[in-house]
Amino acid sequence: MGRQETLLYLDGVCVSFDGFRAINNLSLIVGHNELQAIIGPNGAGKTTMMDIITGKTRPDEGEVYFSGTVDLTRLDEAAIAELGIGRKFQKPTVFESHTVWDNLELALKKPRDVFSAWFYHPSEEDTDRIGEILETVRLTARAQERAANLSHGQKQWLEIGMLLAQDPQLLLVDEPVAGMTDAETVETAKLLKDIATTRSVVVVEHDMSFIRDLAARVTVLAEGSVLAQGSLDHVSADPRVIESYLGR
Amino acid sequence: MSAIRLAISMIAALLLLAAAAPSMAQTDPLQALVRALPKGGYGDREKVILELAATGDARVAKVLDALGRGDLYAVKDSAAVVTATGRGSTMDTADPLSGETLGKMDKGALDRIRVNNRLRRAIDSAVGQLTLMGGSPAMRLAAARSMLKTADPDSIEVLDKAIAAESDTAARIAMEEARAAAVLKSAAPLADKVAAVDTLVARGDREALALLTGARGDASAELLPAIGAGIATIEDRLAFWSAMQNVWYGLSLGSVLLLAAIGLAITFGVMGVINMAHGEIVMLGAYTTFAVQEVIRNSFPGLFDYSLAIALPLAFLVTGAAGIAIERGIIRWLYGRPLETLLATWGLSLILQQAVRTIFGPNNREVGNPSWMSGAFELWGLSITWNRLWIVVFALIVFAVLLAVLNRTPLGLQMRAVTQNRRMASSMGIRTPWVDALTFGLGSGIAGIAGVALSQIDNVSPNLGQSYIIDSFMVVVFGGVGNLWGTLVGALTLGVANKFLEPYAGAVLGKILILVFIILFIQRRPRGLFALKGRAVDA
Amino acid sequence: MITQTLFRALDRKAIFVVLALLVVAVAVPASNLYLPAGHPLRVPNHFVPLFGKYLTYAMLALALDLVWGYCGILSLGHGAFFALGGYAMGMYLMRQIGDRGVYANPILPDFMVFLNWKELPWFWHGFDMFWFAALMVVLVPGLLAFVFGWFAFRSRVTGVYLSIISQAMTYALLLAFFRNDMGFGGNNGLTDFKDILGAPLQSGTTRAALFAASAIALALAFLVCSAIVRSKLGKVLVAVRDAESRTRFLGYRVDHYKLFAFTASAVMAGIAGALYVPQVGIINPGEFAPANSIEIVIWTAVGGRGTLIGPIIGAVLVNAGKSWFTGIFPEFWLFALGGLFVAVTIFLPKGIVGAFTGGWSALKARRASARAEEGTGLSGDLEPSPAE
Repeated sequence: MGRQETLLYLDGVCVSFDGFRAINNLSLIVGHNELQAIIGPNGAGKTTMMDIITGKTRPDEGEVYFSGTVDLTRLDEAAIAELGIGRKFQKPTVFESHTVWDNLELALKKPRDVFSAWFYHPSEEDTDRIGEILETVRLTARAQERAANLSHGQKQWLEIGMLLAQDPQLLLVDEPVAGMTDAETVETAKLLKDIATTRSVVVVEHDMSFIRDLAARVTVLAEGSVLAQGSLDHVSADPRVIESYLGR
Repeated sequence: MSAIRLAISMIAALLLLAAAAPSMAQTDPLQALVRALPKGGYGDREKVILELAATGDARVAKVLDALGRGDLYAVKDSAAVVTATGRGSTMDTADPLSGETLGKMDKGALDRIRVNNRLRRAIDSAVGQLTLMGGSPAMRLAAARSMLKTADPDSIEVLDKAIAAESDTAARIAMEEARAAAVLKSAAPLADKVAAVDTLVARGDREALALLTGARGDASAELLPAIGAGIATIEDRLAFWSAMQNVWYGLSLGSVLLLAAIGLAITFGVMGVINMAHGEIVMLGAYTTFAVQEVIRNSFPGLFDYSLAIALPLAFLVTGAAGIAIERGIIRWLYGRPLETLLATWGLSLILQQAVRTIFGPNNREVGNPSWMSGAFELWGLSITWNRLWIVVFALIVFAVLLAVLNRTPLGLQMRAVTQNRRMASSMGIRTPWVDALTFGLGSGIAGIAGVALSQIDNVSPNLGQSYIIDSFMVVVFGGVGNLWGTLVGALTLGVANKFLEPYAGAVLGKILILVFIILFIQRRPRGLFALKGRAVDA
Repeated sequence: MITQTLFRALDRKAIFVVLALLVVAVAVPASNLYLPAGHPLRVPNHFVPLFGKYLTYAMLALALDLVWGYCGILSLGHGAFFALGGYAMGMYLMRQIGDRGVYANPILPDFMVFLNWKELPWFWHGFDMFWFAALMVVLVPGLLAFVFGWFAFRSRVTGVYLSIISQAMTYALLLAFFRNDMGFGGNNGLTDFKDILGAPLQSGTTRAALFAASAIALALAFLVCSAIVRSKLGKVLVAVRDAESRTRFLGYRVDHYKLFAFTASAVMAGIAGALYVPQVGIINPGEFAPANSIEIVIWTAVGGRGTLIGPIIGAVLVNAGKSWFTGIFPEFWLFALGGLFVAVTIFLPKGIVGAFTGGWSALKARRASARAEEGTGLSGDLEPSPAE
């Protein structure tokens, strides 16, 4: 697959913090409407990779392209988000003192400048869209409650809902099922697969049964670079993967 | 009325005669010369002065000194000459040669032996010659220095003699310089004058510069280039030393900043606690010094030179305890809420200020320098005061000790463990609340001993802390939070920069420029000079 | 669109506050001017400028609350914007003195004659016109805030770092304004004002008018703040306060939002300063003192930050307390103020208003969540979220 056909293209990316190489010659490709799972031991560079894609960390070397043409290393977080890359954090971060509804309203794809925000008034279309998302993430009943009062799992879902409201082309989802019950985990997998029919999703997760539910291509990261790639069965049979991750 | 005065002067004269009688018995040639001083006009007097000088007797210097000062009097109605001092109608008199006191005399019975400027010069040079040949090395040095100022061509001969006989290096160099100054004014040959210019250039201070500039006026065309080059050399050297002096002032200011900021480097830098009462802790240290000195002054005056040695540990204990109390009482409720900590400690600073104002009064309190911290000395071209020097030394010692405590002691290890990962540290059995309290106590204790040092150079008043708090934060933020070396470099850099800006911008504008610079700097590098990098930073 | 935004600003609470302020704007001057002396309801003469001063302080606290309470920027330099607005007004009042000064110079203010200056410095030109001075009242603090904020927010200086450099900013200005050659009267500042817009400052009517102007300005500021915080803009500001980097990942330019709030707040502070100066009759560099700026923070904290009515209540209460306290035991005021700082941050972090409404909304929230628990499909997972 050439660079032009990809949605996300990382090639030879390196970054170090005080001499420690967090990412070492990492190359990764995400296609359109692809669901990809990333696994790897702690410190493999999963979160740092997301930081690089979303503009929080600048790589020391290497190429990062979105839609084949946009150089992400030159843009800041806000610009990258506006391009259509949404991110869910490892620790659920929602705006706790806002209501669930307001959280979604803030995430909704709308002009992001100060004065548009000041004079914004939700149209009927907007309220419908928010209602729809509330249904999808099952928070309709709690729409007017402060997000701080949600349970851990509900905050995870609210954050996924905010991602949907952003209407991105690429979703980066960091550990979405941490702190969820088994039933919720299954629901989440279903939701993400659903989303991946119209956009691309990259999921970082430790929960193997969840990864199995996703039935996605799996990339194994270790020590800052790709160790193995393929179906879950394929990578879990790889002796290097067992050595560095699964076996322990 | 006049009868009474006459009677008094008669009695005085009688007393004087009685007192002078024993010395009159000796036939002292000096005595005769001294008694010749009042006679005749200024010309005669000059001759007598030269004769006196020619005797080479060390006692002559004293007589001539008194004459130069105008303290030498002839006693009316007798041949005696006395020194007389004191105001009012009666004066204390003494024998000019032996220094023996002769009692009080009525002013009306005395006649001042007058001198004019010409005589004064003659006296100076005579005294100079006398001291050059005799007296202690220190006196010879002083004489040579005074002759450098007069630069009298007539003294060259005397100086030559003295230089040949001189054994003390410093005195000889001073004599050679005095001779060079005299040679420049004399009609000596060109080569001698060039050598004289070189001698003065080697001296290289403002006085030499003034002598050369003076000599330029009536120098011959051949000599002019040598003088011009000499002046340029001296000016370069003076500029260099004035820059060095600025560096020294800067280091001295920097070490004051370091002292003020170093406690903050622990509480803010290591613990992340914004302690706006930090300045007031410094103030408490300064007031502890004051209290110690008060007690010593009143009860054990002999111990005054040890007052700082006593105040140091005491201030550390007082402020350390205050710090632990503050941490336990206020700050521990506010961990993780830095802005609230800032406000609460600001409130505390107001309370501490007012408490000190209520107890010690609103005015400046006098804290004395012990003898070993007062005065100054010259080093090459630098003038260095002892208290500043000791503060630089003290700041560096405190810094080194603190570094050792943090890096080499179990407490330091625990402190670093707690600040890096509180939960992990606590699960490894470290009592994190105690470590917090002790760390804060340590930072406050250091601030307290900084207060002891600052009491030596600053006013001890309730506002002492306020004047340091902003500077201290600037130093820590500029140097980089969580890094003691950054604090050291930051403090010294800001100190030196401040002193270099002062001559151009003035003290206040210089300070403003530094503040603006730091504001811009923090925006360039929000984490300071020595910043930590990586993912953990934003967490 | 704009009308909708304004309309939204006027919810029931806001209407009540604005009306109350308008009533005060009319009632206090009226009672002072028209009731006979000795009447129990008459506001005594010296109370009119005193209350007027409180109102300008309230406006200042409101301005600070917009950036601190809603956007999480703890500025320790807001006193500088207040003072700059005050100096702009002071310069106008100075020029109004004309030849009635001690040295009777028609152009130069007294302190310049005293310093032997021959002509007016360039930056004093135009201040003889009220409209120009009024423009500067808005422009100078706004511009300073814009430049300062542009640098600070773009390089992501946040939290205590921002607090410390904002304090350094006002400290630098303090030092600068103390200098005689700055041309702002040095140590003594600007004083001995005679009249404003032709009306003598000492007259009862002028004071009453200034009081009314302060109350109306406060009401307007309240409306503007209300229009900001109740809009989506306000929600973004709170989002920045609570989770700055999350807001950025949603695509919002956090620096622009902060810059807007900071500049708007500085302008408000400047206007408050301009109203303050004619009522107290002096402006000097002491207004730039870092301690003053921190005091504003405590007014806001006492009343309740993150609410619009809180800072107004806090500013009036603390300053009334100060007037009362310094009248009775002056030497204990600093103890009281210091104790207030400590007590409020530890025991009353949300202030007076927060303590009231906090109790009320906690009750409401508990009821609502009890209801929601029954309705939702997701079983309320009660695992506590990991605390910082």
